[in-house]
Amino acid sequence: MTAYVIRRLVWGLALLIIVCGLTFVLFRVLPTGNPAVLRAGRDPQPHLIKEIERVLGLDKSLPAQFWEYLKGVFLHFRFGYSYYSRQSVLSLIGERLPATISLTLGAAVVWMIAGLSVGIVSALKRRTLWDRGAMGGALVLISAPEFWLGLLVLLLFSNDIGKLKIFPGSGSYVGLTYDPWKWFTSLIMPWCVLAAGSAAVFARLMRGSMIETMEEDYIRTARAKGLRERAVIRQGVRSSINPIITLLALEVGVLLGGAVLIESVFNIPGVGALAYHSIVQSDFEVVQGTVLLASMFIILANIAADVGYAYLDPRVRYG
Amino acid sequence: MAEALLRVEDLRVEFPTEDGVVHAVDGITYQVAPGKTLGIVGESGSGKTVSSLTTLGLTRRQGARIAGKILFEGRDLVALPESELRAIRGNEIAMIFQDPLSALHPLYKVGRQLVEALQAHKEISNSKARARAVELLGLVGIPDPGRRVDEYPHEFSGGMRQRAMIAMALANDPKLLIADEPTTALDVTVQAQILALMERLQRELGMAIIIITHDLGVVAEMADDIAVMYAGRIVETASAQSVFSGPQHPYTWGLLKSIPRLENDRSEELVPIPGTPPSLIRPPSGCHFHPRCAYAQPDHARIDPNLEQVPGEPTHFVACLLSPEERKRLWSELAAGRVPEQALAAGSGEGGV
Repeated sequence: MTAYVIRRLVWGLALLIIVCGLTFVLFRVLPTGNPAVLRAGRDPQPHLIKEIERVLGLDKSLPAQFWEYLKGVFLHFRFGYSYYSRQSVLSLIGERLPATISLTLGAAVVWMIAGLSVGIVSALKRRTLWDRGAMGGALVLISAPEFWLGLLVLLLFSNDIGKLKIFPGSGSYVGLTYDPWKWFTSLIMPWCVLAAGSAAVFARLMRGSMIETMEEDYIRTARAKGLRERAVIRQGVRSSINPIITLLALEVGVLLGGAVLIESVFNIPGVGALAYHSIVQSDFEVVQGTVLLASMFIILANIAADVGYAYLDPRVRYG
Repeated sequence: MAEALLRVEDLRVEFPTEDGVVHAVDGITYQVAPGKTLGIVGESGSGKTVSSLTTLGLTRRQGARIAGKILFEGRDLVALPESELRAIRGNEIAMIFQDPLSALHPLYKVGRQLVEALQAHKEISNSKARARAVELLGLVGIPDPGRRVDEYPHEFSGGMRQRAMIAMALANDPKLLIADEPTTALDVTVQAQILALMERLQRELGMAIIIITHDLGVVAEMADDIAVMYAGRIVETASAQSVFSGPQHPYTWGLLKSIPRLENDRSEELVPIPGTPPSLIRPPSGCHFHPRCAYAQPDHARIDPNLEQVPGEPTHFVACLLSPEERKRLWSELAAGRVPEQALAAGSGEGGV
């Protein structure tokens, strides 16, 4: 098991280098504009642009630039500086990480609880009005783009522009340590919107898995033993969760991608918003830093899911 | 026969489906005395499993329509509410199934599954339940039960899994054990061990057993009485001895002739029953067996035979339209090693029926 995890971690590192390369190439090939020009101000002198390029290291050949960057990240744990604020990428991300973690972890909790419980109830009440309603609703949530859903929710429930003024609206986020209650209320809408799509996917997956499990022979055995229906269902849930766990890791990527949009819609100062702004400003090293961070989370989530799967299912052993 | 422990009276189980109503069990009556063994024999789809699951109330949630009576110590299980039936399941009536690997929960340790069975019916502490689980595993002949109790089903061999299933069934000292094809998924040598185990436990614990199988060889060893089922009905029922010495129904003959026997000449061919089990949505008219019966007469497609007593045998009943004399003659030909065509031809010279 330990050997397996180490092997996966090494592969994860290789994957991060590839991700670095891809971001690098995409950023240079796509017409995002020269950061030096953007930085030089209005009607810049050519020699000023040259000077900025030299300072930022943009005058070197692309492979040399890439090599410099890789060396910095993987050997010295140096992620570079923003072209604009000259702040280090690490500190920029570090400042914004708590907001993003608040958003994504909370959304993951909403997503798991809502998705799994709706799925379980739907499976047990199969073909009833509840089941059809829940699955129809899930389909709508899967299809709805998050930014649209976010705007819709703001329009309906935010206390500034909403029809029903219930929750604090866009831009109301404060840190957890500053005011826990305000932190909580300001995140209710972003959590639900960010979780909606994933919760809907998982409700449908869980329903299918649960329906299949409840037909199993061992569920019949559980009933034949005279277990209470609640205990029988618990046995069913225990088995149905397993295949879902593997998909959890895939969904983490969707969640992080969604965070970029949700942070922009709800004006939450998180890493997603940072990534968005740095892309708009061609702030390469910041983009690279946020992409690397997101990739690392996804890779770690995948390894955690595999390890969790082995823990949950005694028949699974990794060699 | 002593006072019956379980008496099933005119039990009917139907499943409404999109294709029509499946008449899985079509009016069967049988009984089991305390400490005795009844073998229910038939092909897949003959209704033998459905009738047993219905006894435990396990077909209710599949939308079955159930009629008739299932009297267990005088209580009608068909009319009992779910909560009272639950208290009987696994407690007074226990059941074991065909494939012990799929019948055990793959993600729970064997010990935990035994503990659950105990705690479903008794107020018993975890440590006491665990001790009892170890004891039960020992009782069914699992070596080193103290260690095995903490293993998962996939770490057990096929035979050991079925032993564990039996241990689980015995957890609450049931009065009746229903064994649904308990040996079908096992190797032949293991089959014999499991049957021997069940016989030993029956002697020691005094429970009654209903053993459901398609294999007459299995019931030959164990059963006191045998009921042969075909297309949801009992077509022949008698003591095991009578079924083997003087079977009356052509379907029973077919089952007997399709068992390979060690003492028979190896060149003697096994005679399979032609055709496939009938549809239970639209069963054949008349005698349900007539399309597959070598001895069927034209009017057998119209007349539905009743279960009638065999002359001279008060506990032997058969549902067959052939005359008792004809049946006796045909079986003596078949028992002598002739195939159905020869048996028929031998009779036609004497005028036949």
